[in-house]
Amino acid sequence: MKFSLQTLLNVEGKGYGLLNVRIFGWILFGLTRRGILVPSEILRQMIRIGVQALPMASLVALSVGFILAMQSSTELGKLGANSFIPDLVSLSLMRELGPLLIAIIVVGRSGSAVAAEIGTMKVNEEIEALRVMAIPPVRYLVIPRYIALMVMLPCLTIFGNCVGLAGGWAVCAGTLGMSTSFYIEHAVDRPELWDLYSGLIKSVVFAHILITTACYQGLSVEGGADGVGRSTTNAVVYAILWIIIADALLTGLFFFVL
Amino acid sequence: MKSTSSNKNPPSDIILEVKDLVQVYGKRPVLNGINFQVRKGETFVIMGGSGCGKTTLLRILIGAQRPTSGSVHIFGEDITSASPQELDRIRLRFGMNFQFGALFQSMTVGENIALPLQEHSQVDPSLIEMVVKMKLELVGLTGFENFKPSEISGGMRKRVGLARALALDPELLFSDEPTSGLDPVMTAVVDQLTLDSTRKIGVTAVVVSHDMTSCFRIATRMLMLGSGSRQGEIVAEGTPAEIKANPDPFLQQFIRGEADGPIPFRLSQDDYLKHLLGDG
Repeated sequence: MKFSLQTLLNVEGKGYGLLNVRIFGWILFGLTRRGILVPSEILRQMIRIGVQALPMASLVALSVGFILAMQSSTELGKLGANSFIPDLVSLSLMRELGPLLIAIIVVGRSGSAVAAEIGTMKVNEEIEALRVMAIPPVRYLVIPRYIALMVMLPCLTIFGNCVGLAGGWAVCAGTLGMSTSFYIEHAVDRPELWDLYSGLIKSVVFAHILITTACYQGLSVEGGADGVGRSTTNAVVYAILWIIIADALLTGLFFFVL
Repeated sequence: MKSTSSNKNPPSDIILEVKDLVQVYGKRPVLNGINFQVRKGETFVIMGGSGCGKTTLLRILIGAQRPTSGSVHIFGEDITSASPQELDRIRLRFGMNFQFGALFQSMTVGENIALPLQEHSQVDPSLIEMVVKMKLELVGLTGFENFKPSEISGGMRKRVGLARALALDPELLFSDEPTSGLDPVMTAVVDQLTLDSTRKIGVTAVVVSHDMTSCFRIATRMLMLGSGSRQGEIVAEGTPAEIKANPDPFLQQFIRGEADGPIPFRLSQDDYLKHLLGDG
């Protein structure tokens, strides 16, 4: 296994597909050999990429909870169906808006930072220095960030869902006079476990798209500062584009095919 | 023009051997049939004007770039045909001092030097800390462990780069323009460090530079790459004394740093005409 994995990891060439192969190869290799996956570095990246994005993610999730509750109350109120607001807020957040909006926030905040950081390292010959020191850049730079985001984005999504529900509750309790127990009962009981899981699966897929796009763009930087700027913009634009396309495909798969 | 002194050494002393190296960008040959050898303990200086292919040659020597044709043997192994795995194994035996240090900006000076040790040795962290201090002492930067690269001067960064390149006690050291942009005193300091590395530690050094004072101060053998009409070829090779005595006008113009001479500053009349008419 060691030989085949090493051979796989050392395949020459560039390209997004090859980066993905190398990432999976290094993770597999890291599971079989000590010293490849460095917990302290993964933890550091989890804090930088995930924990430090909490305030921004919270604010967005809270606002989305407000918006969902307020918008739905204007229409559902006409039908006398305000009691369905908690269901709608909860389902919308878990299935769709929670994973999508948190991913977009993290693309803007952490994805751009990763692309710019790795891109600047490339311009400053730091990536070249890693190679000359026989330290594979994908293993040293990409893997900790990849694992960190694969763990942190679903966590941020769950956290964002909770904050969004709190936003919905604030509107329902504050302006519609809905009791807290009624809100919680409907918001928690109505969604099925699959609604939560589907959102988390989406967030894992989004995390993969986000971090691989950011790292690929960072590693592909050519030229100087303009190259870093271009790659950072590309990282954000392509990551958001592919996340939304993936969202559409996964929604179709989860709720129309399966 | 081959060095006479080098022929006294047995072939087994050859650390680096470049054979028929060719590098072509588009249709333009940057290196055209380069051949040279570097023997153990030498400080081999590769010099040449801007755009002559020094950096390209160095990138090929460290395995960062594959040549169009030819071979580069380091420690007897051909790195141009080596697999990435084999290349990494060879790379552990040489160090590279980059022109601008290429230090990791997110790390401290100490962490930069410790990195290759942490990655490639199984030694205790306390021992790594000690080695870092020793390497910093070697380059005259004791006490700078906790500084970030952005907090130290350009000359200090170059010295940290050298300390990092020497972290794993390599047998061969590549240095890219180690004195460019430095004041004369700092140039002398960096030159002395290169000499210390070769004389005291026994490292073989390959230095790419166009700083003539520095080149003649540190070199045991020198090679000059041509440019313009002699682009891609070796203009001269030999000991510093042989290079100084070489009457080649191209070489002498470069050594003396004169504006007038065979080294082209402008296009030739024919080329200029072609360029104006859009043919060239």
